[in-house]
Amino acid sequence: MSQQHTSAAGHGHHEHEEHDDHGSLKAYIIGFILSIVLTVIPLLIVFETSMNKTGVIITIITMAVIQLIVQLFFFMHIREGEGPKYNVMALILGLFIVLVIVAGSVWIMSFNSVVQ
Amino acid sequence: MYASIKSFASSFFVTGDPLIYGADVSIGLTSIAILFVLFYFKKWGWLWREWLTTVDHKKIGMMYLIASLLMLFRGGVDALLMRAQLAMPNVHFLQAEHYNEVFTTHGTIMILFMAMPMMFGLFNMVVPLQIGARDVAYPYLNAVSFWLFFFGAMLFNISFVIGGSPDAGWLSYPPLSEMSGSPGVGQNFYIWGIQISGIGSLATGINFIVTILKMRAPGMKLMKMPMFTWSVFSSSIIIIFAFPILTVTLALLFIDRFLGGHLFTMDGGGNPMMYVNLIWMWGHPEVYIVVLPAFGIFSEIVATFSRKRIFGYKSMVFALMSISILSFFTWVHHFFTMGAGADVNVFFAIATMAIGIPTGAKVFNWLFTMFRGRIRLEQPMLWTLAFIPCFVVGGATGVMLAVAPADYQYHNSYFLIAHFHQVLIGGVVFGYLAGIYYWWPKLFGFKLNDRLGKWAFWLWNIGFYVCFMPQYALGFMGMTRRVYTYGWDMGWGPLNLVSTIGAFLMGIGFVFQVWQILYSVKYGERDTTGDPWDGRTLEWSIPSPPPMYNFAVVPHAGERDSFWEEKERRNFAPAPPVPVAQLESIHMPKNSGVPFVFSACWFVAGFGFVFGWLWMAILGMVGVGVTLLIRSFQYDTDYYVPVEEVRETEVAAGRAV
Repeated sequence: MSQQHTSAAGHGHHEHEEHDDHGSLKAYIIGFILSIVLTVIPLLIVFETSMNKTGVIITIITMAVIQLIVQLFFFMHIREGEGPKYNVMALILGLFIVLVIVAGSVWIMSFNSVVQ
Repeated sequence: MYASIKSFASSFFVTGDPLIYGADVSIGLTSIAILFVLFYFKKWGWLWREWLTTVDHKKIGMMYLIASLLMLFRGGVDALLMRAQLAMPNVHFLQAEHYNEVFTTHGTIMILFMAMPMMFGLFNMVVPLQIGARDVAYPYLNAVSFWLFFFGAMLFNISFVIGGSPDAGWLSYPPLSEMSGSPGVGQNFYIWGIQISGIGSLATGINFIVTILKMRAPGMKLMKMPMFTWSVFSSSIIIIFAFPILTVTLALLFIDRFLGGHLFTMDGGGNPMMYVNLIWMWGHPEVYIVVLPAFGIFSEIVATFSRKRIFGYKSMVFALMSISILSFFTWVHHFFTMGAGADVNVFFAIATMAIGIPTGAKVFNWLFTMFRGRIRLEQPMLWTLAFIPCFVVGGATGVMLAVAPADYQYHNSYFLIAHFHQVLIGGVVFGYLAGIYYWWPKLFGFKLNDRLGKWAFWLWNIGFYVCFMPQYALGFMGMTRRVYTYGWDMGWGPLNLVSTIGAFLMGIGFVFQVWQILYSVKYGERDTTGDPWDGRTLEWSIPSPPPMYNFAVVPHAGERDSFWEEKERRNFAPAPPVPVAQLESIHMPKNSGVPFVFSACWFVAGFGFVFGWLWMAILGMVGVGVTLLIRSFQYDTDYYVPVEEVRETEVAAGRAV
């Protein structure tokens, strides 16, 4: 799809000029290794250690969030691009909606503990 | 051998119902007729080159429109079957099980396979033209979206004759939709039909957000965009945040059904109410997804046919954007009776009522736009005028339903049925029809016949009130939704008969519209000016139908209603032709057959998952992977339209000398 936004016809200002690079090979490799490490840590904790349940859940969530950030910076180029940062705005709105979904569901479904 | 084929066929095909056998015959005959025409007139190459591989937003929009009208027909027949069944007490025209299937497919098709594609059709047909672009931001992805929708819809629709239709309601609540309640394949068709077309919807949302943010004509600042473009933008924002919730929810349901999970079962630690909670997080924003573009259409039409600027532009934009956020805070009002507690219900009741405020502001803005305007009662304006009172009543009954304690009385009664049909028909359907009448001449080059259109308009409108007003009363009389028949002693007979008559009036209205389209193809008033309604926005500045590249010279849009301002500056004299020397070659995307094949592979995979045939599912998914790989190695995806071709087209249209 990377071809698409330049071919998309018309009056784009970048039509003929080269796009700034989509990350270097080094950045991709660092991101890839970090992602693997962050995936292996929870696996090892689950299989190889006897951490209690709360600890496991907290570790998994923490690793997941760190990996999300890693991927945003190394693969999704959140820092790049000129003009208004629409991608960052969309991301913040998305995080807000996720918060509403999770917190709202917990609040709404907590009735279950009362009725059971 | 014969016995095993026979036993396979009897479970594979739907058998035993004369209505279905009739449908089998008509589907067979129609397919043969289509194949015959394609072979006889040697149209296969034309079909492939001009339509199946196209990435032109105008053609994709037309295909969306045609598909959605076919789905409107199917969903409408479902509705008439239900109304026929309910016309009198103790009717056994449909059996209970068949009735369940009919109301399920009616709801699912009308929202997901009629309203959504009709909306995407209007997005595609109008937005690039309105913002002065030559295509959407991702034309290839646009074709992918359309074909995913198309094959998803086909997968859902074949359940009618193969395997059996879903019958657990349009949102498929568990535990009924779990294996324990629905052991057949119908629910699998539901899940996969929606999943496949849902990917397409999500991609369209992304596509139009980027198109609107990045492809606007020079000078068109965000606060100078036409209202319809604003409404598409706000609707797309809801799409990208709401559709993933649907995808995840249905995937979880599929885990339960296919892998024996217990996420939403009654036992094994599952909780069916969690599904209800999740699906409405998509389901409620979904109704705003479909209604906001309708608001945008009305805003365009009201301004054009009153010959005035839209009243309160900034408040309109603010209303759209605040609705798109507020729509994520109301979902519990669909299940107040779940008993989540007074605090939860109060919060969501107030949030629901709060949405009435921006919506009300919009209604006043439309009225003030008409105030002291020079109103012309053309067809688009007629539908707009019919929408306002209809939607106000529908909104008022919505606020009644939002009162949580009172909702315990209305919940799942015919009062609710009447309410949501009033906002969805009065708001969404009237809006899209108005939009189709309005932009039809732009896309097809001729107006739709006025006399037939007025017949359709009055039949739809009178039919609507005759059909749904009695249902409010029936709700108060205790009639609940989804009952397939009722006794004489209930006293519901007379009002139901009236309601059925209204439904058939709307059906006749639809027939008039089909007739109107066919008649106008041959005899409709041709639009030679490109500006048949004396329009205000950029799409009316180019010929009808627009050339493949839309704008020969990229327009400058420094003001709101910039085409109108330009017309005023030249005192409504015809626009001077462009000197040919100013024309340049135009950069355009190339057609591609990959989206069609890619989506067909999804269809194969979906069919395999529906029947649990893993070999077929794997085969389909391999096809999906291969087509993705093929595309990622295609570098030659664009070309330049030679300047000679641009010159010839423009000179032939009288736009250049």
